[in-house]
Amino acid sequence: MREQLEGSRAVAETVARCRPQVVPAYPITPQTHIVEAVGAMVKSEALENCRFVTVESEFAAMSAAIGASAMGARTYTATASQGLLYMAEALYNAAGLGLPIVMTVANRAIGAPINIWNDQSDSMSQRDCGWIQLYAADNQAATDLHVLAFRLAEQLSVPAMVCMDGFVLTHAFEPIDLPEPEIVDRYLPTYRPRQVLDPDDPVTIGAMVGPEAFTEVRYLAHHQLQQADHWFTELADDWSLLTGRHLATVNPYRLDGARTAVVSLGSVGGTVAEAIDGLVEPVGALGLTLYRPFPAGAVRDALDGVEHVIVLERAFSPGAGGVVSADVRAALAGRPTRVSTVVAGLGGRSVTTASVQRMIGAATTGRLPALSFLDLRDDIVDRELAHRDAVHRSGPPAHNLLRHAASRPR
Amino acid sequence: MTAPDVKFYQVGSRAVGNRLLPLDQRSEQADPQRHNALTSGHRACQGCGEALAARYVLDTAYTEAKGRLVSVNATGCLEVFSTPYPESSWQVPWLHSLFANAASVATGVAAALEARGDTGTRVLAQGGDGGTVDIGLACLSGMFERNDDVLYVCYDNEAYMNTGVQRSGATPPAARTATTEAVGVQPGNPFGTGKDLPRIAMAHEIPYVATATVADLRDLEAKVRTAMSLRGARYLHVLVPCPLGWGSAPSDTIALARLAQRSGLFPVYEARHGELGAVLPLRGRVPVEEYLRPQRRYAHLFRDGSHAATLEALQHLADRNIARYGLGAEETF
Repeated sequence: MREQLEGSRAVAETVARCRPQVVPAYPITPQTHIVEAVGAMVKSEALENCRFVTVESEFAAMSAAIGASAMGARTYTATASQGLLYMAEALYNAAGLGLPIVMTVANRAIGAPINIWNDQSDSMSQRDCGWIQLYAADNQAATDLHVLAFRLAEQLSVPAMVCMDGFVLTHAFEPIDLPEPEIVDRYLPTYRPRQVLDPDDPVTIGAMVGPEAFTEVRYLAHHQLQQADHWFTELADDWSLLTGRHLATVNPYRLDGARTAVVSLGSVGGTVAEAIDGLVEPVGALGLTLYRPFPAGAVRDALDGVEHVIVLERAFSPGAGGVVSADVRAALAGRPTRVSTVVAGLGGRSVTTASVQRMIGAATTGRLPALSFLDLRDDIVDRELAHRDAVHRSGPPAHNLLRHAASRPR
Repeated sequence: MTAPDVKFYQVGSRAVGNRLLPLDQRSEQADPQRHNALTSGHRACQGCGEALAARYVLDTAYTEAKGRLVSVNATGCLEVFSTPYPESSWQVPWLHSLFANAASVATGVAAALEARGDTGTRVLAQGGDGGTVDIGLACLSGMFERNDDVLYVCYDNEAYMNTGVQRSGATPPAARTATTEAVGVQPGNPFGTGKDLPRIAMAHEIPYVATATVADLRDLEAKVRTAMSLRGARYLHVLVPCPLGWGSAPSDTIALARLAQRSGLFPVYEARHGELGAVLPLRGRVPVEEYLRPQRRYAHLFRDGSHAATLEALQHLADRNIARYGLGAEETF
């Protein structure tokens, strides 16, 4: 049934219908509405046979999730930003142990400077932790992806994170079709773990492994994670049969005959589509839902014939450039396709249709450099650089830039 | 207990002289049919106090849980020496995740059991002093305050032995470690530092806190039994001498643990809901020097006569414990 719902509420309701048995929770903006709602459902017994544990940190949240999952429980938690980084060690551990935990990441910037608004620096920083990473373009996708994430994670015994843009999606009210509980029950079988702490059949989980087998253990994790590309499509087909709603690893938009294409992840794809709609040039777009494992084959196929690919990134690697761009370049290896990185929308800065159109205009007229920052305020950056040249003890950069931004241009 | 009535010789010691006791009063380890939850063949050093304590703790807990025991382990010596791939000494379901998170992982295991209504399976978490009092303290404190149904056992050998004997928050004053060398004006670990985790545990007012040593293994077993008879967060802090880190003879492990207790430097007691209960009184009290002298980590205190004040300060710590816990102040040496 289609309802007007906040993104966080829709995710919480959907997660509850997936019948998690343990939900360790720690508050962090902008993820809090999700775990608050799940906690309320556990307390009111709308969600039965589930333990909601209010832990003392995100590190503890992921650690408790590891224990619960190893004990055979379907386990869910949610986090964002600093919280995701605070769990980093446990994220690698959950993946290394092969525990199919599902987690929502309400994408948010990472400090310093502290910033609660949306970009994707948090989940991108954990690109290599061995989790499946799914990015939602809108709240319907966020809702559906959670059900698929549980099925995919449990099928492969690999943890999965569903990334949805903080505030932009988590706090947005949209009409959403919540999957009916019966549909979820039909789609998601009871969790049958591949390994479990069982007094009747004791196993040692998390033993020390030396050089004689470490490479093979890691290779197996890579092999297992790569299966998610194929299985995502398979499970999305099943979901489509039950709900009529379509999910795909990559989502092409007006790519037929396009000479320029914008690749992006998450909700910014909507702005890109709108920007393209207003153009006469043959420009298309490609939204990635699956980022880890990287769907290189699908990306290569979708971008066939495109001459210039712009990767619009909501995060970047300081000192290098784009994060997703490297994967796109590798997928297009051997083709003459030009790939540009545009870093946009950091720390909640709006990515407007007009800015995207200006960016595309620069690309189609050959003026877009290999790496650029959308709507960068060169004036205040230059003022701060000049200040640094003039004064050794130039002070905290964040404070200086705020002051420059607030003052009138000289 | 299903032990056959095997005849053992009487060794005459108060510690192990239970072979003539009725079967139900004997030590778990006296039973040839014991579970051996941490079985032989592991890579612990000779004279390892931790391996000995873990064997007693696990087997007792296993019996009390009627075989339905799950164990979570922090990174550390115990984890490393028991699980060199592809071998494992553990005869119970056992999970190692990270260094800092054993208490939280155990919380998750307990939550999973609760979610499915399994009240018969019990959860035991284990760590060394580094994994407990330092890096794992936040997770442990969270597990305590939520009163999660977990028994957490800290095997305290008073430094980071697994990484090569560096100072931890449980290293006692004046002890030499690789990061508190026996050099300078105040050789060894400085006075006025460190933390007393059993007292921190008591401040959480959890159902049960107890300390024990490997010198009184029957006392250790009894405390595990008591802990297993209760629900909620329980904490057991066991002093386990480390021949490598302490610079002591492997054959002195038990003797040193006994001297630590008899000097008053390591008080052995129980507490319920934050209130001090039974204490193990000092029988045959000894001056701290008797405990310190056999250990090379304190050798600098005895090299010349210049450290009398340090020895006096250490004796003062023991005297304070004796007064604080009522360990038998009337008895003098």
